[in-house]
This record gives sequence, C-alpha cells and structure tokens, in this order.
Amino acid sequence: MTARRILLGLAFPVAFLALWEILARAEVLSNDTFSRISIIVPAGVAALLDGTLLARTAETLGSAILGWAIAAAAGIPLGLLLGLVRPFERLLSATVEALRPVPSAALIPIVLLIYGFSLAMSASVAAFACLWPILIVTTSAVRGIEPRLLEVGRALGFGAVRRIWAFALPAALPGIAVGLRVAFGIAIVVTVTVEIAANPRGLGYAMITAQQSLRAEVMYAYLFWIGLVGWVINVAMVRTERRALRWYWAARSAQ
Amino acid sequence: MSKTAWRLASFAFAALLLALWQFLADRGLVSRVFFPAPSRAFDVLGEWFASGEVWGPLAGTVWRTLAGWLAATVLGVVLGAAIASAAVTRDLFEPTVEFLRPMPSSAMIPPAILLLGLTDGMVVAVVVFGSIWPILLGAIHGFRSVEPRLIELSRALCLGRVHRLWRISLPNALPEIFAGMRVSLAIALIITVVAEMLSSRPGLGQMILLAARAFRSAEIFAGVFMLGALGYLGNLLLERVEAHFLRWRPAVGGT
Repeated sequence: MTARRILLGLAFPVAFLALWEILARAEVLSNDTFSRISIIVPAGVAALLDGTLLARTAETLGSAILGWAIAAAAGIPLGLLLGLVRPFERLLSATVEALRPVPSAALIPIVLLIYGFSLAMSASVAAFACLWPILIVTTSAVRGIEPRLLEVGRALGFGAVRRIWAFALPAALPGIAVGLRVAFGIAIVVTVTVEIAANPRGLGYAMITAQQSLRAEVMYAYLFWIGLVGWVINVAMVRTERRALRWYWAARSAQ
Repeated sequence: MSKTAWRLASFAFAALLLALWQFLADRGLVSRVFFPAPSRAFDVLGEWFASGEVWGPLAGTVWRTLAGWLAATVLGVVLGAAIASAAVTRDLFEPTVEFLRPMPSSAMIPPAILLLGLTDGMVVAVVVFGSIWPILLGAIHGFRSVEPRLIELSRALCLGRVHRLWRISLPNALPEIFAGMRVSLAIALIITVVAEMLSSRPGLGQMILLAARAFRSAEIFAGVFMLGALGYLGNLLLERVEAHFLRWRPAVGGT
C-alpha cells in the first residue's frame, strides 16, 4: 500500500519532467528559456562541485538563521509578557495591528538604505517577518496555560522570574515550537526574496544573475535546489519538533 | 477599564510611539537619512494625493494583487476539489503539493521573467503561484472532511455530483478556504511588491525602490505606510466578507 503511494506520488513529477525533456528536445519548448532536465542536472552538479552552490546556500541560510534567531529572541519574551500581563497586550494591540500587515517586501528599500548590501540587510527583513508568528503564537500559548499551574508557583513562593522559567515557559513550549517552525520557513522565503529583489548574496541572487546572463539551465538548477532545501528543512523541523517535545506528549497521554 | 477605554489607550500608545519618533528625528537623535520624521512622510503622502500622481501606481499594485489572488483562489478551490475527490488523485498530486508548498515563491520570478518578460502577466503569474498554496491546502482539507452522513444523505436524495459539490462539499470547505485566502492575500501583496521592484512595472513596489535609489527616505516611508494600510484594509474587508458568507455557522460568529 505504501509502496503504491510512493510510486503514485513520484509518477506525477517524473511524468512532468519527462514531458519537459521530450518537448524541449522536439524544440516545441524553446531551449533558451526552458532548457531541459538533461542539461539542468549537469549544470547543478557542476555548481555543486565547484563549491558555488554550497557557498550561496550558506549565505542564504546564514541570513535566514540570524533573522530568525533575532525574531525569537525578541518575540518569545515579548509574547510571554503580552500573554501573562493582560494590560500590556491591550495597550500594544493597536501598534501590533498597525505594524503586522506591513508587507515585509516594503522594508527592502529601507534596509537597503540603512545596511547596504549585506548579511544584516536580509536578516533584518527576515527578523521583521518572523517576529509576528512567533509573537502571536507565544502570546496565545501562554494564555492557554492552566491558571492553576501558575497559582501553584505562587503558592510555593516562587518569584515572577522563576514562575515564568519553571511553569509558564515549559507549558507554552509546544505552541512556541510550532511558531518557531513556521517562522523558519518564512525566514528562508523572505531571505531568498530579498536576495532576488536587491541583495547581491545567496541563492536568490545566483538565480537572478543566471537569468540575466541567459543561463537558463543554471537558473533552473538553483530553482530545484531551493525547492529541495526548503523541503528538507521543513521535514527536518517537523521531526525535531516531534522528538524534542516527546516528553510533553508522553506526559499528556499519561494524564 | 471598559473595552473602549482600553482600545483608546492602545491608540494613544501607538500615537505616543509616533510622537517619540518625531521628537527623536526633530532633535537629530536618529539619522534623518534613514528615519525621516513621520511628519515628512505624511507631507509626502499629502503631496502624492494632492497631485494625484499616486493613483496610477496604487491602482497598478492593487489590480495585480487582486488579479493574482482571485485567480489563485479559483484555481486552488477547483484543484483542491479535484485532488480531494478520490484516493488516486490524492496519492498522485499530494506529494508534489507538499514539495512545492515550502518553496519560496519569489524564486519563481526569474523563470517567469525569462518566460513572460517584464510584463504584468509575469507579475500576476508569480502571484498566482505564490499565493495558491494556503488556499489549495485549505480546500483539500475542507473538501475531504465532509461529514460522511451528509454524503450518504446526498446519495439518498439522488443529488448529482455537481450538485453535491456545490451544496454540501463547498459550504463545508468554505471556512478553511477563507482561512487560506486570508493568508494568501498577505502573500499576494508581498509578491506583487517584489515583482514590481524587479520588473519596473508602475506600482508602489517600483516607486519605493526608486525612492531608495535616490535616497529619498521620506518617500520610502510614505510608500511603506500605504502598503501597510493596503494590507490592513484588505484583511479587514476579507473579514467582513467571511463573516457574511459564514453567517450560518454559529461558531464562526456572523452577526
């Protein structure tokens, strides 16, 4: 049954790529713009072997990780504060509502002015985009904590910091983990976007230069690589989250 | 404090932040090149609307976003219904959907430029590709989760396939489709802005990038304010439409 599903799942992409190859060889599709798989794959392998592919990937992932980490460092404490102290959340609501809908791409010109072409340029836009899911998920995760849990901490005479560290944070962790996972996907998307739009670094810029120098096969090789990287990271994050939170789900099912 | 009082307090807080920024800029405590006083950005906004030069780019951005987003909605719902309709189609297409979903949609811009040139069609095509995934996934899930007894009922009533889709499956899938549409609208606006930056199609994205190249930061911020307002209004409008279409569902609220 699973073998059948895997075969069926592969059937569509394989058929698509085969059709692409056949139509390109028959010159129904222009080779200048569509290239074809039998040229794209060697182009990708060549980029991998001479190191440029991995260097560009490292630049993109570096910016994404930095932006994501900044957003987590700001978003989790702020989310804890907003979730635990109701007046804060109410006071900040209009500000958050005004900032959140700003499309992250609109910030590209501003960070271009401030940082110029750099790691910080991509990372700061990624940080802005990642902040909102982390902030909102943390706030609602903290809000969902069993109130008696926090009362226990109070009854034990724990200070506020210790109550947050020992009770609120662990209880909110599963929710925060989901926010962090979603945010990391966003960080990669935003980083590639900034690179394509303006920043001469990383995978996005490699694609744009390949397109502008009319090397379609290199461009498609990077496109497939970006898809692969995004997919692998997504799968890896889901797995890590499940493993890291095993204690939580085990404790829940034991109740 | 009552709800309205809190609301007013939160607006006052946002205004306070804006006033603080104005104060810092006036005193020259933040760089005027990077962070112009908000009053200057508002002056620019005023000039834009007074001279009417902003309407063209604004309309361009809005129609590209809406055209791509609406096309993605129609396509996503139709494909979602098709994929959810049978086990075979699900096994065939779902792995591909899962692979493409985390793909940075802006990575489709370079191939789209190669295939379609620097045209509005290119922008809209990339918007469709980028914003279809949340709608498609919502539709697949929504169409699949129809109460089995309702399907039995429709069989007993001898409803045709189309009738059943329209009367039972679609209303059932609607909440999830709307949830997807909301996420997609934000994505559509971001991609439109990026694609405008790259394609030099007259729009807000191109406007703010040109302003950045000329170091006219007040104009950048005026553009960012407008894009933020667009995102906010779009979300607000969609919330209203959603409440209207889902008013039969007591849980979602309606009026």
